[in-house]
Amino acid sequence: MATAADWMSAASFISMAGIISFAGYDGSVYLMGWTGGYVLLALLLAPYLRKFGKFTVPDFIGDRYYSNTARTVAVICALIVSFTYVAGQMRGVGVVFSQFLQVDIEWGVLIGMAVVLVFAFLGGMKGITYTQVAQYCVLIFAFMVPAFFISMQMTGNPIPQFGMGGTVEEGGYLLDKLDKLHTDLGFKEYTTGSKSTWDVFAITCALMVGTAGLPHVIVRFFTVKKVRDARKSAGLALLFIAILYTTAPAIAVFARVNLIETVRDQEYTSMPEWFTNWENTGLIAWTDKNMDGKIQYVHGAALSSKKPEFLEKRGPNGERLIANASDSANELYVDRDIMVLANPEIAQLPPWVIALVAAGGLAAALSTAAGLLLVISTSISRDLIKKQLRPSISDKGELMAARIAILVAVIIAGLFGIYPPGFVAAVVALAFGLAAASFFPAIILGIFDKRMNKEGAIAGMIIGISLMMFYMIRFKTGFFGIPPRPSSEWWFGTSPEGFGTISMIMNTVVSLVVSRLTSPPPYQVQEMVENIRIPKGAGEALDH
Amino acid sequence: MSSNNSPSKAYWKSNLRYLAVLLLIWFAVSYGAGILFREELNSIRLGGFKLGFWFAQQGSIYVFVVLIFVYVRLMNRLDKKYGFDEE
Repeated sequence: MATAADWMSAASFISMAGIISFAGYDGSVYLMGWTGGYVLLALLLAPYLRKFGKFTVPDFIGDRYYSNTARTVAVICALIVSFTYVAGQMRGVGVVFSQFLQVDIEWGVLIGMAVVLVFAFLGGMKGITYTQVAQYCVLIFAFMVPAFFISMQMTGNPIPQFGMGGTVEEGGYLLDKLDKLHTDLGFKEYTTGSKSTWDVFAITCALMVGTAGLPHVIVRFFTVKKVRDARKSAGLALLFIAILYTTAPAIAVFARVNLIETVRDQEYTSMPEWFTNWENTGLIAWTDKNMDGKIQYVHGAALSSKKPEFLEKRGPNGERLIANASDSANELYVDRDIMVLANPEIAQLPPWVIALVAAGGLAAALSTAAGLLLVISTSISRDLIKKQLRPSISDKGELMAARIAILVAVIIAGLFGIYPPGFVAAVVALAFGLAAASFFPAIILGIFDKRMNKEGAIAGMIIGISLMMFYMIRFKTGFFGIPPRPSSEWWFGTSPEGFGTISMIMNTVVSLVVSRLTSPPPYQVQEMVENIRIPKGAGEALDH
Repeated sequence: MSSNNSPSKAYWKSNLRYLAVLLLIWFAVSYGAGILFREELNSIRLGGFKLGFWFAQQGSIYVFVVLIFVYVRLMNRLDKKYGFDEE
């Protein structure tokens, strides 16, 4: 269950249903990507890494490729991946706090940073697994209860997975109704989506492979006793995750229908309280472009840039005026990250349900952030400083280094959370691309290709992660004032989220070619590979 | 030692065969039914769902869970057969 809780990050909880809600079919990439990765993990990685029996991914890479250079490259990759991932979580925490305390999202992120730090310093890292089980329970409860209520309300069937395909009161299927609402407002049909088939394919693949390569998820499998337990625990983790992930698309559909029906062509002044509350946090914005006092919500970007820039003034209807409205007829901006939190309010559920959802979101973000901070701090204090830079460091010094690493990590992550290159789930998606591009081939080839040597693995990892970073900076984040290039220039029409697939293929090809051109790995290493393929005789995971 | 381990070779071979079959199913439900052939499948309805859409957002996830548990069973049996199981 701890793996499940670790996994159900703020991204899944807060952002995923929201993203699916706005993306429709395109959102499937997250659903299939994040669950399908578990199949890879269970079948291709978990049992072997458990047999190998060390604690971290850089350890495996360092030993398998008998090289400190390989270990260092792996540590750096792990750090980049974890940072990107934590940034997504910080944004999630920020969304929850900004709603709770009615402050701007920037303040929400800052408060979140403080809480995570206190959590990490006081709690230490040992208790994490237990608290995570508790968090999982809060989480699943917080996610399911509102889903039952809303499903009942809209379709008369309390099971959201069935309700999603059920019928609505006025007759006809819910999904057909939503498709019609979408076409009426100028959006693409909900169940069809607008991404190209290739791009959907590429993103799904990058997410699946990335899931299997995420250091903080893999680490979980080192703590079980036997190889067969490692296999089974991946299955159990996926079972728990599946409960959540099959509910999320249902929530997405309900939320979408509710949102459109609540705001479409309604007077701004008649909007319920949740609308103005979220407007105050800066995650909803409305401009009365045609001066009729009503909200027009149609296809098109309501803003000329990504985020609303608020003026310190109110308009004639009491709305917050913004400086960057676009020419499009769409008047409404809604941040996708609020959908899960706002959903029960939109459906007018009782306040305790709403509080429950907020608690769940917070639990999700905190547990994942904690797990990742553990990876970051051990990577730095143990893999990097103790094993390489200063082997003579005392235990006290190691602890100190770990704490400084956490502090720095939280601050950098917080900055990313305030100035995100996208929405929570999208930021996280990039972390998966990085994991896919760097670790996955090195680990897989390390197990399944005995001939793979250090030259091949190192060259592959470096090529993979640099290519991915380059693409991400060029097309997604921009660099020190240089704006990102438009999507029309994407290579083969691949989005930055999906580019992990291409980087991964490049990594594999480079690894294979380089390894065949250089000398085979030493005999002991080949023996080791033989050994991890057989489950018998896995001892306790060894400390160094 | 690699000379005297022909049972481990056979074990590894069966393992790879299981992996190939399971991953083929894994690929078929997600990339196949959910992405590449979704247009075709969408003309079939499953209650209120179009079938391709259902595979992408529900069906593939159910299949994934089943796949892992099938793998666990298969491998446990294989471990036993070759005497590689623990305890």
